[in-house]
Amino acid sequence: MSDLRALYQEVILDHNKNPRNFRAMEDADRTLDGYNPLCGDHYMIYVKIDGDMIADVSFTGSGCAISKASASVMTTLIKNKTRENAAKLFETFHDLVMGKNAALNNAAELGRLAVFAGVSEFPARVKCASLAWHTLKAALEEQVNPVTTE
Amino acid sequence: MTVQTDHEAVQSAKALDVARIRKDFPILARKIHGHPLVYLDNAATTQKPLSVVEAEKSFYLNLNSNIHRGVHTLSEEATAAYEAAREAVRGFIGAAATREIIFVKGTTDGINLVANAYGMKNIGRGDEILITGLEHHSNIVPWQLLCERTGAVLKVAPIQDDGSVRTDDLGDLMTDRTKILALAHISNALGTVNPVRSMIQMAHKRNIPVLIDGAQAVAHRSVDVQDLDADFYVFSAHKMYGPTGVGVLYGKEQLLEDMPPYQGGGDMIKSVTFEKTSYNDLPYKFEAGTPNIAGVIGLGAAISYLRSVNASSLEAHETELLEIATAALQQLDGVRIIGTAREKAGVLSFVTKNIHPHDVGTILDREGVAVRTGHHCAQPVMDRFRIPASVRASFGMYNTKEEVDRLVGGLQKVFEVFG
Repeated sequence: MSDLRALYQEVILDHNKNPRNFRAMEDADRTLDGYNPLCGDHYMIYVKIDGDMIADVSFTGSGCAISKASASVMTTLIKNKTRENAAKLFETFHDLVMGKNAALNNAAELGRLAVFAGVSEFPARVKCASLAWHTLKAALEEQVNPVTTE
Repeated sequence: MTVQTDHEAVQSAKALDVARIRKDFPILARKIHGHPLVYLDNAATTQKPLSVVEAEKSFYLNLNSNIHRGVHTLSEEATAAYEAAREAVRGFIGAAATREIIFVKGTTDGINLVANAYGMKNIGRGDEILITGLEHHSNIVPWQLLCERTGAVLKVAPIQDDGSVRTDDLGDLMTDRTKILALAHISNALGTVNPVRSMIQMAHKRNIPVLIDGAQAVAHRSVDVQDLDADFYVFSAHKMYGPTGVGVLYGKEQLLEDMPPYQGGGDMIKSVTFEKTSYNDLPYKFEAGTPNIAGVIGLGAAISYLRSVNASSLEAHETELLEIATAALQQLDGVRIIGTAREKAGVLSFVTKNIHPHDVGTILDREGVAVRTGHHCAQPVMDRFRIPASVRASFGMYNTKEEVDRLVGGLQKVFEVFG
């Protein structure tokens, strides 16, 4: 049960139940589809950009608790951050869910991301946790093709 | 003489000796995350009894050589073992002749063979191919590819709310342009058993040949292709306790005779010159290249294993597990069963309110319970029931009532975690 609790932490369950920034954005500068064809997780990420800043970010769609909570937490973290900061957060998050030590040693820097540390123990769920982040990264790089995990 | 209905026959069948059967499957002794494995993903692939593993191993250790070629002893013995498996398949599905048994890679390969070899010859622009809404992607996409190449049109018979397909709906979609009907014997996503015998009869009244995707049927129901009067019947070894990478296409001899080869290569020819090649006789015409010899021999062993088990006892056992599991899940708040047709095989598909199947699957796995989560390669079925995915528990001969309890206990854990 302990590793299940490590995966399904209260924060994750809360973000799954009450996702933040869960809305379509009509005046978004970038919108991009991300989906996992294996399990059907499907999200749309919306980003509003002001110079070098991510002025606003939101998402819509559906999927498992891990993918939805990850998208929700991501939006709260990167709003009002520079693109460079967002890219760094992506790397930190990626290392964390892949179980790379560098991320774990910087517990202080992880902040709210730390709740996803348990994902690394569930290899089949890494794709769920990363879907929104990969989609955001692609949107910021001005890619237009939908992002898939396969 | 008293007349016994099928149902009564099943009821009166001798109980399956599940404890003895379980000993034949070494993998069932595994522990997963500290719990004894409960394997409920049999519709994806079944586990293999020791006799199947040993048959493949023994081929490589004692007989390994190519077939239909050498004059040396090993080749003769390997050929004999390979052809003995073909005879075992023939007997198992009640085909008239071994010429009608083609070894393929699996169900998908068999359907592609028919779509190509039969389809390209007999189906043209404006012709219609009829399938049902229940089909696995492997019985949709080969026909779509054929439609793209020929200009034929794909017609789809609808699924009812309980997951069944009405024979009359199929009949209504049959026209003078319908060139083939292709449908599942048993739905992999919902477990619905189609009344294929009467569906085939209806198609034959209009001279429409019928392909049955029997992937989910052969390990769970007695199948007699002549009694069904199926024109083509396709299945995979790995869903019937046999190895992966091998399957069977049964076809009526005359249909197979009239079809051009699917793939060219060795073993499928009589003679080759650069001017003219003449093709081998059935079934070799459709078996180009060195086949999966060990796999075919493993399939033969799987058939021997299945034949050692009383077929009606097996069906009764799996039906009982389905009934117990269905009743237990109906008691759980927030569980909705998808697929409630009257005739169902041991497949239980369901969704849980506000909890995604993927999360259910992860938590069940930590409890040692293996189920499938996702769209089960049947996205149109998921769309029909407006769900992105489902959880699917599917039963095999070695599953027990205690394992159904473990599934229910695992689901209670899911609700606990999600509060």
